[in-house]
Amino acid sequence: MIISVASGKGGTGKTTVSTNLARSIDQKVQVFDCDVEEPDSHLFLNPVIEKKESVIAPVPEIDLEKCSFCKKCMNICRFGAIAVLKKDVLCFENLCHSCGGCFEVCPENAVMEKERSLGEVEHGSSNGISFIHGRLDISQVMVPPIIKKIRSYTNPDIVTIIDAPPGTSCPVIAAMNKADFILLVTEPTPFGLHDLKLAVETVRILGIPHGLVINRAGLGNDDVKIYSEKENLPILMEIPFDKKIAKIYSKGQMVVEQLPEYKEKFQNLFNKISQLVEKGRQEK
Amino acid sequence: MRELVILSGKGGTGKTSITSAFASLAENMVMCDADVDAADLHLILKPDFKVSSNFKGGYEAVINPDKCTGCGRCIEICKFDAVKELFEIDPIECEGCGVCVDLCPEQAIDFPEKLCGQWYISNTRFGPMVHARLGIAQENSGKLVSLVRQEAKKIAEKGNFDLILTDGPPGIGCPVIASIGQATAILIIAEPTVSGLHDMERVGQLSKRFNIPAMVCINKFDLNLDQTKKIEEFAKKTHIAVVGRIHFDRTFTESMVQEKNIFEYNPDSQTGIEVRQVWDKILSFPLFNTPVANNILQHL
Repeated sequence: MIISVASGKGGTGKTTVSTNLARSIDQKVQVFDCDVEEPDSHLFLNPVIEKKESVIAPVPEIDLEKCSFCKKCMNICRFGAIAVLKKDVLCFENLCHSCGGCFEVCPENAVMEKERSLGEVEHGSSNGISFIHGRLDISQVMVPPIIKKIRSYTNPDIVTIIDAPPGTSCPVIAAMNKADFILLVTEPTPFGLHDLKLAVETVRILGIPHGLVINRAGLGNDDVKIYSEKENLPILMEIPFDKKIAKIYSKGQMVVEQLPEYKEKFQNLFNKISQLVEKGRQEK
Repeated sequence: MRELVILSGKGGTGKTSITSAFASLAENMVMCDADVDAADLHLILKPDFKVSSNFKGGYEAVINPDKCTGCGRCIEICKFDAVKELFEIDPIECEGCGVCVDLCPEQAIDFPEKLCGQWYISNTRFGPMVHARLGIAQENSGKLVSLVRQEAKKIAEKGNFDLILTDGPPGIGCPVIASIGQATAILIIAEPTVSGLHDMERVGQLSKRFNIPAMVCINKFDLNLDQTKKIEEFAKKTHIAVVGRIHFDRTFTESMVQEKNIFEYNPDSQTGIEVRQVWDKILSFPLFNTPVANNILQHL
């Protein structure tokens, strides 16, 4: 079962929920931190990293001795990553989406594959939790290939918990797509509600069963609850606004380890998710 | 004309609350919301959405079933696994590269332009504002960020405004890079948590890579003084100017619930006084005031 933990707004508690959930359940679990721009789960799970690999994308490099300057590569490239001049060809690898069009159309076989590093993926483990996260290289922009790489290690026999990036665009979709359940985390404030609505729209486009965790409950107002009721969005757990929890988080500690009464609450959350996933399967 | 871009790396550290507060303090400025994915600034500034325009950010391949012979060439060449078995293209997976469109032997694939969002020029009680809404599950947020910033710049030049205040997106990827090019300075809003420190370090590295002067303000600093000190030490080491500390209290959230900024809600609160001090420090930050130095930096 794949559970993707997401939110429209950043800083609502995705990492807190995903790491504590993983630590609480009595099943084999893997945690994938797919917020590759700012991965933070490792700061809480402290995994021992066992393996590192870089994520690379093929970009073109032109063999000028073979090139006939026909411009076919430039013409197929929708991203403006190739400029054919009179006697030279410029490749702008930061604009390249690695679609492979230039390799396909070159009649002279002059387009060679060069490797461009997008980021890295690290594998490790933390007290029985299998852990993988990705990290985008500074000044790189291609996030979805790193997320896809992480997700290629999904073990279908165990529970997978994905810590998704904030927002609603392509990186989030890559972290949510084909999950069995999307757990949305929000805070009960106007910003939290506004971005929750965007996240719910995104999840509905994907057609995946979903539910809500309200973090910092008691902080703002009741509008998130009113919205959830109206939209039939099940509230699966509430974590109160509590400076004690904020302090635990600030030190990189786990809530379920510092406040053991939360372990049962996260187990309940997991049971509710399992029931909703089962219900979704039957409806299908 | 100068542009200050407010970033954080980590989401939820207070970018938008602080940007909306600056709107009360800055004079003669244009506001720009560059968090097009999950824009929130409008919830406080209440823009009037006066001029609305479509954002066409890309194209989408669509197979015409009448022409398709099922040869499978598109499946073979698509690097994004977007072509499904029965020759349908999954719009969520499609990158819009058009390679299948060009190489289909039957020319059976159409390539319509896609509406990816909306952008707006508005009036607010603080001055003009340029903002946008990226369509759900759409791509090209970086392109839309560049567009709203360009439009804000045009308005500022035309109306002789001397400052653009840009509320940036979280992270360090495509939309963030689009939000900082050519900016005068970056203000990083950091929170004193292990993740807040980790994430601001990455934004700090990004600002160095792009040669944009950076400042840092620590929000909720009293939540964890050890982490606050670590952030300040990192800033010192990497030549990021520390422009202040703001206490952890509920005033920001209370004012947000009232749809006001902190100066409209409670100007004399401790938080309000601290935000004012941060703003004064930003204005006196040398690299924010020397257009020559800034121009040199941009040409490096």
